[in-house]
Amino acid sequence: MVVFEKTKGLTDNPLHYCPGCTHGIIHRLVAECLEELGVTGKTIGVASVGCSVFSYNYFNCDMIQAAHGRAPAVATGAKRANPDNVVFTYQGDGDLAAIGTAETVHSAARNENITIIFVNNAIYGMTGGQMAPTTLPNQVTQTSPYGRDVTVVGYPVKVCEMLSQIDGASYVERVAVNNVKNIRLAKKAIKHAFENQIAGKGFSLIEVLSTCPTNWGLSPEKAIKWLDENMEKYYPLGVYKDKYKEEK
Amino acid sequence: MAEKVLMKGNEALAEAAIMAGCRYYFGYPITPQTEVAAYMAKRMPKIGGTFLQAESEIAAINMVIGVSSCGYRVMTSSSSPGISLKSEGISYLAGCELPALIVNVQRGGPGLGGIQPSQSDYFQATKGGGHGDYKLIVLAPASVQEMVSLTFKGFDLADKYRMQSMILADGTMGQMMEPVSLDLGEVKEYAKPWATTGTSKHEGRNIINSLSLSPAQLEQWNIDRYEKYKIVERDEVMFEEFMMEDAEICIVAFGIAARVSKNAIMTARAKGIKVGMIRPITLWPFPKDALNKAADKVKAFLSVELNMGQMIDDVKLAINCKKPVYLCNRTGGVIMTPDEILTSLEKIEKGEAKAW
Repeated sequence: MVVFEKTKGLTDNPLHYCPGCTHGIIHRLVAECLEELGVTGKTIGVASVGCSVFSYNYFNCDMIQAAHGRAPAVATGAKRANPDNVVFTYQGDGDLAAIGTAETVHSAARNENITIIFVNNAIYGMTGGQMAPTTLPNQVTQTSPYGRDVTVVGYPVKVCEMLSQIDGASYVERVAVNNVKNIRLAKKAIKHAFENQIAGKGFSLIEVLSTCPTNWGLSPEKAIKWLDENMEKYYPLGVYKDKYKEEK
Repeated sequence: MAEKVLMKGNEALAEAAIMAGCRYYFGYPITPQTEVAAYMAKRMPKIGGTFLQAESEIAAINMVIGVSSCGYRVMTSSSSPGISLKSEGISYLAGCELPALIVNVQRGGPGLGGIQPSQSDYFQATKGGGHGDYKLIVLAPASVQEMVSLTFKGFDLADKYRMQSMILADGTMGQMMEPVSLDLGEVKEYAKPWATTGTSKHEGRNIINSLSLSPAQLEQWNIDRYEKYKIVERDEVMFEEFMMEDAEICIVAFGIAARVSKNAIMTARAKGIKVGMIRPITLWPFPKDALNKAADKVKAFLSVELNMGQMIDDVKLAINCKKPVYLCNRTGGVIMTPDEILTSLEKIEKGEAKAW
């Protein structure tokens, strides 16, 4: 009896992510949700620029590789053209909260009927560990070598808090993948976001707190601990907005 | 004979796009092209199409990418500074080989420049604009009728070659009114098996992508694309010859500069100066052969442009510098008068002009 199988929502291509990176878990959660909802065959994914740039090799659906930060605009076009398809973006923190802030905010304001998976690991991974818009105060990165000095470079952007203030946004939740319980909750949130889209309820964004052992300079185990102790404090988990639920 | 209607250039262009089957328009207001957006805002909801005012030119061109990826005809329009913002997206369209129509109703630059007509985005349109090895099909209308016919043609060429067509108009073309026929014929449909429509609708996965970390593969992609460009250069050149049979001087001009030039040619001819014109309709592919052939007959070329001299480089390259090439230009939103062109012609005749 088969009790567990790899989701058909992922291809057989080997992931290129570093050991201990939680992108793999998040990929799997997204793919499992698509498969369980029976929509993989009508899904269009939009890959972004950063570590997850190659996600088009992994998600077992049609994919568009977008320019840095522009995934929500590309997804807007794809969804407007094919309203019956399921359209999602998969973006990191530099992509979504720095260069793509305008596209993020305005796709939420328009309540575009898309799902955004926002992976926040507080650092630029692909380029080798520079300060991200979500890098924590005093966090050391390649471009904040003495720690993020908020008096000089300002404060981290709290995406869920910001988007929850936008009337258009339907569902905004922050989750994490640092332990089994949280992974289960993350999957529930991601599934709810896709269900919202399928029901025509509009814009959903799931922020997933993620680790980057390589660029944090920590072992995978210590990286998980760092997420627990630092990121979760600055970025509290929870539902920031659920218009659909409020209406019920 | 088809019935003609009096229309403003920008609105006629928008209607032609709809007639070409375009049902998706994304734009952002900027003078002097805003009428295109306003017209689309009115028309699209009535015909089941999508009009969306984007938060920026950057977002608009990326929405174009999203729609084109799904296999539908789609367009955006802007004016010079907005086209600079779109250039990143245009480069991605080229890299992903996605068909699209981009309209530039040019105004003076650089920077915020002005809002009066200009042709100073010639380099941007024909030499790239965005990053990387790519070409756009660049169509230069010289009448409201051509705003219509070239828009229709632009969509066809974009689909045919999986390329991006740019209508390089100017503020005059966008703003002036002329009688036009909207009898444009049949829209040719092209199969798009590469479109992202969901794997349940086609074999395997369709991936729209311009990324390759393998230099050899990326080189091959570029080589393959340039093979396609060679076919476009062979088959799709368009130009108009005007009074070239006995011409000794050949004016080269496009768009509104060509309209003013025609006026100057008539006056010059009355004064005994044998002048004609080759008007490129496609700025890329550039009518190199036509110019080169003319170079064997005429004694000089006069490039008439609304910029500091941009197309003139292509004229010199086309004729291998066989004959002297002169420039008559105004820029910054100023349009030359026919008299200014006439003065240039007279100076060439008298041997007083300085070649470029």
